Amino acid sequence: MSEAFSQGLPVATRERPATRLVLTLFTVVLLVLFLLLPLAVVFTEALSHGLGKIRDSLTDPEAITSIELTLLVAAISVPLNSVCGVAAAWCIGRFQFPGRSLLITLIELPFSVSPVISGLVWVLLFGANGWFGPMLDRAGLRIIFAVPGLVLATVLVTFPFVARTLIPLMQEQGASEEEAAITLGAGLWQMFWRVTLPNIRWGLLYGVLLCNARAMGEFGAVAVVSGHIRGQTMTMPLQVEALFNDYDWVGAFTIAGLLSLLALVTLAVKAALEYRIGERSGALL
Amino acid sequence: MTRRSALPGFGPALTITLVWVSLIVLLPLTSLALRPWELGLMGVWHSITEPRVLAALRLSFGAAALAAVVNVPFGLLVAWVMVRYRFPGRRLADSLIDMPLALPTAVAGIALTALFAPKGWIGAWLLPLGIKVAYTPVGIMVALVFVGLPFVVRTLEPVLMDLPLEAEEAAATLGATRSQTLRKVVIPALAPALLAGFAAALARGVGEYGSVIFIAGNMPMLSEIAPLLIVIRLEQLDYAGAAALGLVMLLVSFSILLLLNLLQKRMGVKIR
Repeated sequence: MSEAFSQGLPVATRERPATRLVLTLFTVVLLVLFLLLPLAVVFTEALSHGLGKIRDSLTDPEAITSIELTLLVAAISVPLNSVCGVAAAWCIGRFQFPGRSLLITLIELPFSVSPVISGLVWVLLFGANGWFGPMLDRAGLRIIFAVPGLVLATVLVTFPFVARTLIPLMQEQGASEEEAAITLGAGLWQMFWRVTLPNIRWGLLYGVLLCNARAMGEFGAVAVVSGHIRGQTMTMPLQVEALFNDYDWVGAFTIAGLLSLLALVTLAVKAALEYRIGERSGALL
Repeated sequence: MTRRSALPGFGPALTITLVWVSLIVLLPLTSLALRPWELGLMGVWHSITEPRVLAALRLSFGAAALAAVVNVPFGLLVAWVMVRYRFPGRRLADSLIDMPLALPTAVAGIALTALFAPKGWIGAWLLPLGIKVAYTPVGIMVALVFVGLPFVVRTLEPVLMDLPLEAEEAAATLGATRSQTLRKVVIPALAPALLAGFAAALARGVGEYGSVIFIAGNMPMLSEIAPLLIVIRLEQLDYAGAAALGLVMLLVSFSILLLLNLLQKRMGVKIR
């Protein structure tokens, strides 16, 4: 972040001290009320019946399954999207070719699509009335209302994060170090592990962090493909919904509390990485 | 393929990327574009002009637009304070702005519902004033303002940082008051960024699902958003109808974004 203002702005471009104080206080109070109250209510509701109830909620078999499923879905989709994100960033960030900007548009497309549509498309392909549905049925394979569907929906939603963080970073860094490595006789993998990866590691971590946060927290897309089978296809956000609709508020807010902790950790690591990278990389969550 | 660089690995990297994009983005979206037409042209028309569908589309686009309108001045104030002022805790406050994006939407949804329910921390204060938020369209607005705020702030911040101070100094030297300078110099320079932030918040709001459905009340014709109607049609196994509605949502929001993009270009200042 630019420190140009830390020495103080030219006098002519400042508001009066009283105005500044009022605006600052107003903004901070507004942000705290608006952004932190939802978080506070989650933890308060979770704790409202004591720690014993939280332990009961967390040791409930359905809750444990939902936690395991969320971890499983993230463990499959995040690495897949990371590898493909690096590959995409390599060809887009280092080469010029026809259709390059179209490819960028396609990669960013999932960001402008409703999560519900990102789930819907998989049902259209693999659901009971889907294009490939009857075929899969005969083969005895289940995608929709099963784990593969959850993974596909999550992959689509989190597809852009890594590529989108890495492309501007790689363009900014330039190719000279990699070209030097190749000239000195390094092979593709030697160059990648010794030069490219060390250069992009913080940016890559940043993209993976955002990708993971969204993968674990995704609701709309997985809600469409999950079928809401208790104890089988419920990820944590879906379990939150189910418990909330059952009026089990302590249960719902306990799982929501775990997800909120994940969000807080994500924000903290993100701030630390931005400090490392030197500036905000411009990628929104 | 024209390659300008002497670097290796273009072929394999492009192959991986193309296969992945085709499988994960192109194939699914093709199904969205093709499935509706099995209803026939008239069938698609009837399916998307049902009163319940039109009400849902009006609500989704209307609430998203209104929330984005609220977020423009709100986001401008936040971005201004974060970029121009220095105060203790500023970095912490600045990283908090991403909270609505980091917090899973379902969590935001139930938290906002708990806050604004008649017995909630905020709802209990509003009830004597006769304001009902939870389970009304106002609740949808609140949720969309919450998720949309970071889009406006994060679009404005880099532009505000790069804004040259000379113009403001010149205006002040020429005798303009501070508020005149802000109105006539700063706001016009920020206009394209404000529009871009508005567009980003709008796009997010139109498709938003998780943070909205808990607080919305989901009454057909009144507080039922378009994404929820897609889910309902899928549950009725009306795949073509669900796809038709999804396609309409996509086409309308892309047209709006395209229009805003053109408008932004005509303002003459390039962002980023």
